[in-house]
Amino acid sequence: MTTLLEARGVSRTFTVSRGMFAKKRLLHAVSDVNLHIAKGEVLGLVGESGSGKSTLAKMLLGLLPPTRGSIHLGGVDVAGMSRLDMARRIQPVFQDPYSSLNPRKRVVSIVSLPLAVQGIGSAEERREKAIAMLSRVGLARRHADLYPNELSGGQRQRVAIARALVVEPELVLLDEPTSALDVSVQSQILNLLLDLRGDLGLTYVFISHNLAVIEHIATRVAVMYLGRIVEQSERDALFRVPRHPYTRALLDSVLTPEPGLGVPDTGLGLAMPNPLDPPPGCVFHPRCSELGHRCRTELPRTVQDAGGLMACHLYDGGVARQHDCLSPLPACGERE
Amino acid sequence: MAPLLSVSGLTVDLATPRGTLHAVRDISFDINAGETLCLVGESGCGKSMTALALMGLLPNSATRRARHLAFEGGDLANVTPRKLASLRGNRMAMIFQEPMTALNPAYTIGDQLIEVHRRHKGSTYAAARERAIELLEKVGITPAGERLGQFPHQLSGGLRQRVMIAMALMCGPTLLIADEPTTALDVTIQAQTLRLLIDIQRDLGVAILLITHDLGVVARVAQRVAVMYAGEIVESATAASLFRKPRHPYTRGLMASIPIPGRTPPGERLGSIPGIVPSLIGEVRGCAFRDRCAFAFAPCAETVPWRADNEHGWRCTLPEVPAEAAA
Amino acid sequence: MTESYAPPLLEVVGPTSGALLRRRIFTHKGLLIGLTLLAIVLLLALLAPLIAPHDPYAQDLTQRMIPPLWYEKGTWAHVLGTDNLGRDYLSRVIYGARISLLIGFAVMMISGLIGAALGLAAGYFGGRTDMVVTFFITIRLAMPVILVALAVVAMVGGSLWVVVLVLGLLKWDRFAVVMRAATQQVRSLDYVTAAAATGASTPRIIVGEVLPNVLPQLIVVASVEAASAILLEAALSFLGLGVQPPLPSWGLMIAEAKAYMFFSFWLIAIPGTALALLVLAINMVGDGIRDVSAPSGRG
Repeated sequence: MTTLLEARGVSRTFTVSRGMFAKKRLLHAVSDVNLHIAKGEVLGLVGESGSGKSTLAKMLLGLLPPTRGSIHLGGVDVAGMSRLDMARRIQPVFQDPYSSLNPRKRVVSIVSLPLAVQGIGSAEERREKAIAMLSRVGLARRHADLYPNELSGGQRQRVAIARALVVEPELVLLDEPTSALDVSVQSQILNLLLDLRGDLGLTYVFISHNLAVIEHIATRVAVMYLGRIVEQSERDALFRVPRHPYTRALLDSVLTPEPGLGVPDTGLGLAMPNPLDPPPGCVFHPRCSELGHRCRTELPRTVQDAGGLMACHLYDGGVARQHDCLSPLPACGERE
Repeated sequence: MAPLLSVSGLTVDLATPRGTLHAVRDISFDINAGETLCLVGESGCGKSMTALALMGLLPNSATRRARHLAFEGGDLANVTPRKLASLRGNRMAMIFQEPMTALNPAYTIGDQLIEVHRRHKGSTYAAARERAIELLEKVGITPAGERLGQFPHQLSGGLRQRVMIAMALMCGPTLLIADEPTTALDVTIQAQTLRLLIDIQRDLGVAILLITHDLGVVARVAQRVAVMYAGEIVESATAASLFRKPRHPYTRGLMASIPIPGRTPPGERLGSIPGIVPSLIGEVRGCAFRDRCAFAFAPCAETVPWRADNEHGWRCTLPEVPAEAAA
Repeated sequence: MTESYAPPLLEVVGPTSGALLRRRIFTHKGLLIGLTLLAIVLLLALLAPLIAPHDPYAQDLTQRMIPPLWYEKGTWAHVLGTDNLGRDYLSRVIYGARISLLIGFAVMMISGLIGAALGLAAGYFGGRTDMVVTFFITIRLAMPVILVALAVVAMVGGSLWVVVLVLGLLKWDRFAVVMRAATQQVRSLDYVTAAAATGASTPRIIVGEVLPNVLPQLIVVASVEAASAILLEAALSFLGLGVQPPLPSWGLMIAEAKAYMFFSFWLIAIPGTALALLVLAINMVGDGIRDVSAPSGRG
């Protein structure tokens, strides 16, 4: 399993000024993230607002340097890589199909831009390649000369996908690619992504807050909260036996179309994650239903065990308790 | 027992530079006191227009017609704007999708809550303030007193949505119209907010018209459901009946395209509905779904009959659609 | 296998983008009127040597103060009459158009280039660049244009090129402010990020992605500034600080006609009307372009 993309101890803070003379505050968007993405897999990155997933995405794309830590593409630190090299290997697809395409350019021009930037082929060749890619994502030749505002949301997203794939990248980073689309279109796009992955041997980093979609498309899942990864494991393991209290609450919140089950109580409380003011100790503790007294003061270590990676005191064998029980609470039951 | 809200033959047309857009085409439904009816459909199906039409909040370029429109026993179709204004926010209230923009950023939460009450009930400031605190606590915002003095930007999206719910309930309405109230919220907050709506319905006996595109929300929250497509209601049933046996090909297609964790085999293709929603500008005849339907044939281009099986109704030329529905 | 796109049967085959644009242009009355007026003035200016019946500088004291055609004493030899030095007014008005258009265009170009560049940089790069540019804008806004022009002319003497340079180097502030705001808006959109992710260089992104999308606002400001520059030149010339006689600047013509205002009203009215019409035309065209080029929104 070759590691394609790796994040080592990556953190990113922003300084937020509230005016010329007010004191500057620090926004902790991403803190201490370790990730590795192997060739051919689909890493699902799950998180809600304030989780830092978009900032992490920008750093993985090389558009934003981390304030600490480093990102490695194919073993090479991206800080030293040229923008063009990186762009050849990793491309994004964004959430909003209405703002991710330049309204003043025709579709074929949008899709051939990456080729033009890389200096590939003549103008005529680029046009043909772009049209070929458009056809691959399910659009007809006549769409090439249209403007984005003449296309539907689903069609625009296909254009965005075509743009990302036209340089034949190894890795595609998709930031909520279906969240802004209608349900019936979502499934079209998801099917398209699955097909393309198989046909072109692509690796995906798939960011979404929709766990049903993640469960369908990802092979491995990492859950983010307030800039940190709180749980990371293989997809089946995570969905069958979710361990971190936040992961469990997230899964409980998924409203499947099954009548009669009502809306579950996730026990989360109303405290909201605020990256400007992260709580001491475990970042999730203000909303955690399984609170132990260490959680308020001590940041949990990230522990690798049989089930995957966990950042929670309750699963930190060396700290919380004497035995290394891996079954989910309350079956195990023992707390500090 | 007469329904709380009775809608028959509601039609909304919009004037656009390209022609007349038939946003809502002759729909009919009822809501009984204390029940939750979900209007479910994708973008452009006309569900939001329906809500705005009921509240009398349509844009100037829109015209509304209805055979029959009654609320709390009184006619709603030909009512004067003044009477309608006295009903809005008072007997029927609406909460919107974007908590960021639905509250006025220039006024405190307290100001906005109190204003609604004083305007409709003519109450004193103190009485209105007490009611505001009562409702803020009911929606789970404590300490309520402190929050009254805060501005909307000081609250998170989920809290703002709760404030909007509180504001809608200030005058004790009998009908709450919620237009995609949780779509813009995070998943965990969404669940909490829906639970709140359910609790409120149980405690206050208010009827809810919930507009959404999310079938999961429909399944968990609705008692009855109306599925909308291209301006029409294509299927109408109790939630249990709809999910047990969806009749209309569109409903089936929708259900087949939603991945269900633990049920849908991961990595396999999802069911999907090919094509896109048709344009509703100009003449629209026959079944609007026919160009995306695997079972369409000639009669679908003519008027489509409404079929019913007990309380479960749907609009289709075929009396029975084979089991393998979606393409 | 991806689904093939099957065009829905009910889809109303609408007009193409190009056809819609043409339709919008030809139904926008303001734009059409403005363009017509502007075209007339432009033609007059370009073909002045061919159209003007007389030399605008030729004085003939025997033909002083002849009123225009529609007065009793009017004659076809001088359709718009003559001024106090016997110069044909029609010819002077026609040649005056050159000066007004030249000033308007030149000042718009110079100030536009300076202001747009500053605004784009401030909006795109933000941070320190933004702070510096904003600082300069604030300083510039604190300066009264007419007084500065006065000072410069006092030192250097008034002439066409002095006016163009002074106005051009001073009137970039609105360009900068508007372009900065417009650029900030566009900057945050995903397609700019996508372009960056393709490895495009910063100049390429600014010119290829940002500029086409802030162009409508730029055009509106350009039209406002061009009109304003024309009026400012007229004002400066009126004050004696701008173009010097005997050039037929409309502002100068108004100044020279001031003394005869109550007896020979046409001497002021004609250049005044010409000025007003030109400024109106420019504004109508600017507004019209903005109205017509707004993309039709979502889908």
